[in-house]
Amino acid sequence: MGKGIWVFAEQAEGKVRKVTFEMLSAARKIADAKGEQLCAVCLGKDIAGLADSFAPYGADMVYMVTHDLLAQYTTDGYAKALCDLITKEQPSVILFGATVLGRDLSAKVAARVGAGLASDCVDIKLDGSGNITIRRPMYAGKVYADVIFPNASIIAASMRPNVLVPGAPDASRKAEVVTVTPELSATDIRVKVKEVVKTAAGKVDLTEAERIVSGGRGMKAAENFKMLEELAEVIGATVGASRAAVDAGWRPQSDQVGQTGKVVSPNLYIACGISGSIQHYAGMGTSKVIVAINKDSEAPIFSKCDYGVVDDLFKVVPVFTAELKKMMAE
Amino acid sequence: MNSIVCLKQVPDTEAQIRVKPDGSDVVLDGVKFIINPYDEFGIEEALRLKEKAGSGKVTLVCLGPARCVEAIRTGLAMGADDAFHLDDPAFEGGDAIATAKALAEQIKKMQYDIIFCGKQAIDDDQGQVGVALAEFLNLPHACLVTKVEIAPDKKSCTVNRQIVGGEEVIELPLPCVITTQKGLNEPRYASLPGIMKAKKKPLVSVKAADLGLTETGTAAAKTKGVNFSLPPARTAAKLIQGESPEEKAVKLAKVLREEAKVI
Ligand SMILES: Cc1cc2nc3c(=O)[nH]c(=O)nc-3n(C[C@H](O)[C@H](O)[C@H](O)COP(=O)(O)OP(=O)(O)OC[C@H]3O[C@@H](n4cnc5c(N)ncnc54)[C@H](O)[C@@H]3O)c2cc1C
Ligand SMILES: Nc1ncnc2c1ncn2[C@@H]1O[C@H](COP(=O)(O)O)[C@@H](O)[C@H]1O
Repeated sequence: MGKGIWVFAEQAEGKVRKVTFEMLSAARKIADAKGEQLCAVCLGKDIAGLADSFAPYGADMVYMVTHDLLAQYTTDGYAKALCDLITKEQPSVILFGATVLGRDLSAKVAARVGAGLASDCVDIKLDGSGNITIRRPMYAGKVYADVIFPNASIIAASMRPNVLVPGAPDASRKAEVVTVTPELSATDIRVKVKEVVKTAAGKVDLTEAERIVSGGRGMKAAENFKMLEELAEVIGATVGASRAAVDAGWRPQSDQVGQTGKVVSPNLYIACGISGSIQHYAGMGTSKVIVAINKDSEAPIFSKCDYGVVDDLFKVVPVFTAELKKMMAE
Repeated sequence: MNSIVCLKQVPDTEAQIRVKPDGSDVVLDGVKFIINPYDEFGIEEALRLKEKAGSGKVTLVCLGPARCVEAIRTGLAMGADDAFHLDDPAFEGGDAIATAKALAEQIKKMQYDIIFCGKQAIDDDQGQVGVALAEFLNLPHACLVTKVEIAPDKKSCTVNRQIVGGEEVIELPLPCVITTQKGLNEPRYASLPGIMKAKKKPLVSVKAADLGLTETGTAAAKTKGVNFSLPPARTAAKLIQGESPEEKAVKLAKVLREEAKVI
């Protein structure tokens, strides 16, 4: 048995983020090939109920790291708890979800324990000699590269949500659960969380959404996004926006998709009144199916998407929504 | 308020990136370079803090080859006071961790209240340097910041940062590292007098030996990019035909269900 492949199991308010299961499934194959143990590491407070979530996706072992000071995410608290455990158990690989939290924590942990870190990766595999290589987009998705880890004793990566395909859970699988009480005191945490403002309670975040309906300058006004909200409601999608729509003040910054916004990878991305600039594409180019509704047949988006409707979105979208509603009811 | 802004020079967002035939690296010949857009937010915020405080300095720190001088001068033209350019072939081949280590050694010699880094550099897209720098300087940090408020006693700051599904307001003691997110501010343009003045502002070239670093660049890097390739090209859209927008809408729904199988 090797030293172990770890998956940082991100949870929020008692719910495990989906990317955790995606990573466990992918890492299971690596663990089998390398004869290593696969461990899920979950941090928080009052999270005991989650301990059994990980075995069905391939975890052999589960560390439940619980402490009052981990109730809320702080880099200091989480990093100390996790780094202390890493130093003690010496895993060879640690995977994080490339979420807001995962990217922050992975960079901190890698710097502290001296791991090599690749961010926002889309694939993990073994090369011919059994070394781990991790694929990641660079230059806003204009180029892909494989990352190797020549000088690193620990390999770390953050994996983009929605890209790795989770295997079917196997309820008969069991894992050893180890509860860890980290040594943490209030003075370890230098920052103070004063307030958490939920702007989108109950809404699936864009970065995790399986379906996204986005609007651009072609939406003409903030109130017209109501139309996209309705479409999104029908198909269970999250609404996004181009920078033009955000800069116009029609949508909040947190809705922006693109190079200076969020990077998303849904199964279905519907772009309404978006021209398809290189910077917008940088944020959604890895979506599985891209649909564009745009009245300009010359719009660049039509040269790099799957399905296109050249027409007035104000006439297309309401009928499209109604038709989908009928379909979903069938 | 004394601020340090870590500035990286990167290819323009519109630049076409090519790959060497053997896939060993990207080709950046003939590419137009700019200041990393997120670092412009950092410069702007640092300038505003200085203006608000009525005193202090904004210092740029940049690691990269000779061509970076252009980006540094642009930053100085925006209003930064001086700059350190970590410019040495010994830094070549470094990854985010190697870069953060070198920047940290330079910054350890400096006086500052706050450090700004971008959320990520739009070339390597790693988003690691700011956080790693904070770790190497043993400072607290906040990522994805859209608002910075310095306490009247200048001992702490309160920042708003983006989190999943909302925003978090946190307080950090100064000095600290902030990584910038779009929404923080609207960066100013360099004015003509600014450009003239920038030519005379101090720009110090720093070598690896000046920092007492023995392992830099490739030797300090723990990751290496190989097998560079272009993403599979997406082909042109299949256009949905129809007599009217309504007919196209109905057909689109049908195609998404029956052909693409995504609904
Ligand atoms: C450094 C940098 C970073 C950037 N980052 C981002 C980013 O993160 N995300 C981003 O999106 N952009 C980003 N941009 C901006 C980008 O270059 C484009 O300006 C932006 O994406 C354009 O948004 P848009 O497609 O909504 O608007 P436009 O390009 O104006 O396109 C609007 C489209 O709507 C169509 N339209 C209008 N009316 C209708 C109608 N009635 N029915 C159907 N179609 C209609 C038009 O034909 C047109 O194609 C960035 C730019 C820079 C320089
Ligand atoms: N070579 C560099 N010189 C100065 N600052 C850098 C350099 N590389 C990265 N940074 C800073 O770190 C941020 C994040 O970069 P990265 O981790 O490479 O995505 C950038 O926005 C810069 O503020």
